Amino acid sequence: MAVEQPMRTPVTQSGDQTRIHNIGYRTYDGPRLGRSYATRSLYSQSLRGAYGLGRSVKSKVLPMLLFVVMCVPAAIMVAVAVATKANDLPLDYTRYAIVMQAVISLYIASQAPQSVSRDLRFKTVPLYFSRPIETADYVRAKFAALASALFILTAAPLLVLYVGALLAKLDFADQTKGFAQGLVSVALLSLLFAGIGLVIASVTPRRGFGIAAVIAVLTISYGAVSTLQAIAEVQNSSGAIAWIGLFSPVTLIDGVQSAFLGATSAFPGGVGPTNGEGAVYVLVTLGLIAAGYGLLMRRYKKVGL
Amino acid sequence: MYDPTVARLTYRALLGRRRALILGALPLLLIGIAVVVRGLAGADDQTASDLLGGLALATMVPIIGVIAGTGAIGPEIDDGSVVYLLSKPVKRPTIIFTKLIVAIAVTMVFSALPTFVAGLILNGNGQQIAVAYTVAALVASIAYAAIFLLLGTVSRHAVVFGLVYALVWEALFGSLVSGARTLSVQQWALAVAQKVAGGEMVRSDVALPTATVLLAVVTVLATWYAGQKLRTLTLAGEE
Repeated sequence: MAVEQPMRTPVTQSGDQTRIHNIGYRTYDGPRLGRSYATRSLYSQSLRGAYGLGRSVKSKVLPMLLFVVMCVPAAIMVAVAVATKANDLPLDYTRYAIVMQAVISLYIASQAPQSVSRDLRFKTVPLYFSRPIETADYVRAKFAALASALFILTAAPLLVLYVGALLAKLDFADQTKGFAQGLVSVALLSLLFAGIGLVIASVTPRRGFGIAAVIAVLTISYGAVSTLQAIAEVQNSSGAIAWIGLFSPVTLIDGVQSAFLGATSAFPGGVGPTNGEGAVYVLVTLGLIAAGYGLLMRRYKKVGL
Repeated sequence: MYDPTVARLTYRALLGRRRALILGALPLLLIGIAVVVRGLAGADDQTASDLLGGLALATMVPIIGVIAGTGAIGPEIDDGSVVYLLSKPVKRPTIIFTKLIVAIAVTMVFSALPTFVAGLILNGNGQQIAVAYTVAALVASIAYAAIFLLLGTVSRHAVVFGLVYALVWEALFGSLVSGARTLSVQQWALAVAQKVAGGEMVRSDVALPTATVLLAVVTVLATWYAGQKLRTLTLAGEE
């Protein structure tokens, strides 16, 4: 037996019965923390992440290990200087980062992809940009975080050396000057390496590939430059040595600090660049940092949108 | 023991898209430097030996080995797509062996070949230097590919550990502690090269019999253990 279909009554007569119930949802009227707060949060999270803080135990191992490896030789040097009552530290402040460059390269190679590649791979970048932050904020926060992490890595051993030198009652003025010069040099190095690492890492969503690419750029360029410099030294064309040094990040920093920060150069023959060449070194260094920033901005203009 | 399909997929993973370009940039750089050095210094045996030993064998071969060795299996394990491969009726040791062959081939093509070309440019194979370093690069390719393939199956941070071995152990410790040189693929390869060159130009700290035995043992053991490791592979999520 067929059920009687209800007549489709026109709904015009129920006009006053339709209503949207107010069930008490309220708009947010608390303080909005805004763009700069979001940028600061991204900065501090990235900086913590660069040392594995707030991440799993496994990802703390490598950055912490590299940090310890970076500081232990400084502690040993201080111990030796105190024990032998030496008049000077066995290694200059400015020279320390150059000697330990393999550790610094490994750190930047492992942490730069960690910082940006995973955002690309898991497509979380659009989520960042759905917040009030802009492309420039994201790039600046990541760049600053990685540069700060590198600065902590490279400045900590200098601090160990400095404190140790003061405890060993070495000349205060001399040590302070050296320490300050060392800090300027590692600050430049941090900015330069962070820029290079981030630019390379932001191109690939694959972490492993990013690591290999960063380390290849840093070590191969250094290997190539120092080989060419050694050959130029043998060929007695020592004028070319300084110009060849422009082509790798480590020798670039070495050149800047031996021209202006009173460091002894690690170039073959110990001939650093002259003041004129040193100015070119500074320009190229600053240019590379700016170029790194510009390339990152260009890269993130399009990403995830 | 060799599965063409797995090989094809691995080749594509290693050389697909822009990766071949990046891998190719390193050899091109080596050849470029060789041309510049030849122009600057002329044909000189010592220079050729320094460049091939210091840049090609000590830096380029390990880095390409790391990229090819870990790249052959690491990304697949990383994103979990290796389960589709493992669920096929192919033996796990066969998968490893095939991937090893591919990794060795890629490492050889991108490191030994440019070494030979650079050697020819530098001094026209005088005193057999180009051939000696090419043989060394070939031998080292096999060992590096096997070691780094094993690392790729063992650890999620294979690339970092591979680089730590290649750069810190071989370069840094090798130059400070002479004992570390006995356990270095680079020195084993150099021992073989020394035999080929015969002259005074190429030197190794390890005797040839020790080197060959160690090379064979390391390669076979690493491959075998990687196969074992793949049999009991557990997939973990991203940390």
